[in-house]
Amino acid sequence: MKILCVVKQVPDSNATVKVRADGKDIESAGVKLVVDPFDEFGVELAVQLREKGNPVSEIVAITVGDDKAGEALRTALAMGADRALHLNDAKFASSNELFTAYLMAQAVRKEGETFDLVVCGKQNIDLDSGATGAALAEFLDLPHVAAVQGFELTDGGRRFTARRRIEGAEEVLEGELPVVLTIDKGLVEARYPSLPNLMKAKKKPLKVFTAADIPGEEAGSAGTHVDRLTPPAPRPDCKFIEGEPAAMAKELVRLLREEAKVV
Amino acid sequence: MSKNILVMLEQREGRILPASYQLFTPARKLAQALGGQVVACLVGDAVSALTGAVGAYQPQTIYTVEHPELKFYRAGAYAAAACAVIDEAQPKGVLFATSFMGRDWAARTAARKRGALAIDCTELVPDGEDLIASKTLYAGKVTAAFRLSSSRLQVATVRANVFSAPAPQSGASAPVQAVPVNFSPADTRVVVKQVVQTSSGIKDVTEADAIVAGGRALKNEEGFQKVIFPLAAALDGAVGASRAACDAGYQPHSRQVGLTGKVVTPKLYIACGIDGAIQHLAGMRGSKVIVAVNTKKEAPIFKVATYGCVADLFALVPLITEEVKKLHAH
Ligand SMILES: Cc1cc2nc3c(=O)[nH]c(=O)nc-3n(C[C@H](O)[C@H](O)[C@H](O)COP(=O)(O)OP(=O)(O)OC[C@H]3O[C@@H](n4cnc5c(N)ncnc54)[C@H](O)[C@@H]3O)c2cc1C
Ligand SMILES: Nc1ncnc2c1ncn2[C@@H]1O[C@H](COP(=O)(O)O)[C@@H](O)[C@H]1O
Repeated sequence: MKILCVVKQVPDSNATVKVRADGKDIESAGVKLVVDPFDEFGVELAVQLREKGNPVSEIVAITVGDDKAGEALRTALAMGADRALHLNDAKFASSNELFTAYLMAQAVRKEGETFDLVVCGKQNIDLDSGATGAALAEFLDLPHVAAVQGFELTDGGRRFTARRRIEGAEEVLEGELPVVLTIDKGLVEARYPSLPNLMKAKKKPLKVFTAADIPGEEAGSAGTHVDRLTPPAPRPDCKFIEGEPAAMAKELVRLLREEAKVV
Repeated sequence: MSKNILVMLEQREGRILPASYQLFTPARKLAQALGGQVVACLVGDAVSALTGAVGAYQPQTIYTVEHPELKFYRAGAYAAAACAVIDEAQPKGVLFATSFMGRDWAARTAARKRGALAIDCTELVPDGEDLIASKTLYAGKVTAAFRLSSSRLQVATVRANVFSAPAPQSGASAPVQAVPVNFSPADTRVVVKQVVQTSSGIKDVTEADAIVAGGRALKNEEGFQKVIFPLAAALDGAVGASRAACDAGYQPHSRQVGLTGKVVTPKLYIACGIDGAIQHLAGMRGSKVIVAVNTKKEAPIFKVATYGCVADLFALVPLITEEVKKLHAH
């Protein structure tokens, strides 16, 4: 069984994010970058499936991003992936989920690779879309299950059972591999790669794809572009309610009723 | 391609998601600007009974796709249904509600049509033939306006509670057109075995108009039962929790709000004993009205709060519950 893990480097959730003067991107200087936490769950799941004795022959990590973003691949390799694919070209730089998914599908096709399991994060903490995994499944012509919180291989690794929570309900789904999953919180806790494993990761194979390898695709001709980024509109100042608890409660509910009109 | 805007309604077991009706508001504005009409679509195994309710929102046509394979939501099969309707209706833009289903369904549909996509939009305005779709990035730290090219089918999901649904016109109806669907093998290869309702009595955070959330300050599960649940019940709302509260086992992770929990945009969010770490704000700062109850005036939650109460939650929240109950008794 071959598993493909999709990883992306994103600003740390604690980082201060500022819009660049031209409004087309964020300031990158001084922003700490990490592997997206949902993607870490995906790599962890793949590694755990192997550790539990499933017939996992290979775990491959893939990313679309610049040189720096390649660090996410090194982290995945240190967590237990065997090799990596890095789509690295200025022409690939885009915040368009469909374009990114299409590129990854093309790279997989070009390598003539077939994967039994493709795991993505439920969504990324930068674009906050949850679209890439679904689109990747579409471009690979595979079914997918999104926001998975429970996963088991059955029938000797030929089939699976997945559980997910949606609004007000839990769903149990079954099917045959191959399948694309997007992973929610709660399935696994990601490990910290150890120092020796970080060292070993440097020696694992990493293949780079450039625009020359995936001709005809560039961000400029994709369907969605950043028009402009702005700081979010500030919320109005907090109105503090004073007084003893009983008076405070009364006044709060009055404001919620008469001013905010939400109760 | 017409100048019409297609509204994709989300239904499960014959119940239409309230956020789906909100889509008619931006859809009408866009259609008006383009000189087109709003059309709507229902997908499922038996949806004819719902066309009456949808007709009250006066779409020009209601397209229905009915098939036994569509009994439960599966992204591939539902994308096939959406694409069948898109081929028939030839809309310029397609709107979905942001939800577990909507994110997924929109992405797969847009990919299949090689369209242009934006997820979880808070604003949609035309710019000539292009569509400018705005959404927040980096957990709410940046607002981005994306340009969706007119050369592609424009697909967007819309955040719940940003727009109010238009008033339904009782007595109004719309012509219904059934559309056949064909599936590719991958569309139906995954099977939904079981759907268990998890919100016994109390709503899920992703579907409630009001959320009462508690943090580490609640100290234990009993704290939630005594203080948080009664207010949530009085508001017919849901119970949310911070990661600290979930990690400590006070509440299940399904109730966690935030970066690695649920992103929610209710009309009212009441944060009780939650400090307001950036990762928690990521999940709730889009709420319409935010109330914070915290003993510490410097707590960052007050930076996003509409109303702030510097108070002990154990003393104050039960009194708020009483006041809400009084309101509803009238
Ligand atoms: C990658 C990552 C992802 C994360 N994802 C999430 C997430 O999804 N959701 C999330 O919530 N957090 C998340 N966190 C954790 C987050 O950083 C905070 O640790 C967490 O939100 C703190 O929870 P809290 O506010 O309940 O607890 P605390 O920080 O302990 O705050 C408790 C608050 O209660 C107040 N208080 C105490 N007693 C009372 C009283 N009697 N009455 C009133 N107020 C009182 C205190 O003044 C304090 O403000 C994440 C962190 C990381 C690094
Ligand atoms: N540039 C990228 N390279 C690799 N994976 C990506 C990239 N962009 C998004 N993804 C994957 O898509 C999933 C998140 O989807 P989304 O929220 O739509 O961006 C995560 O698993 C990401 O790792």
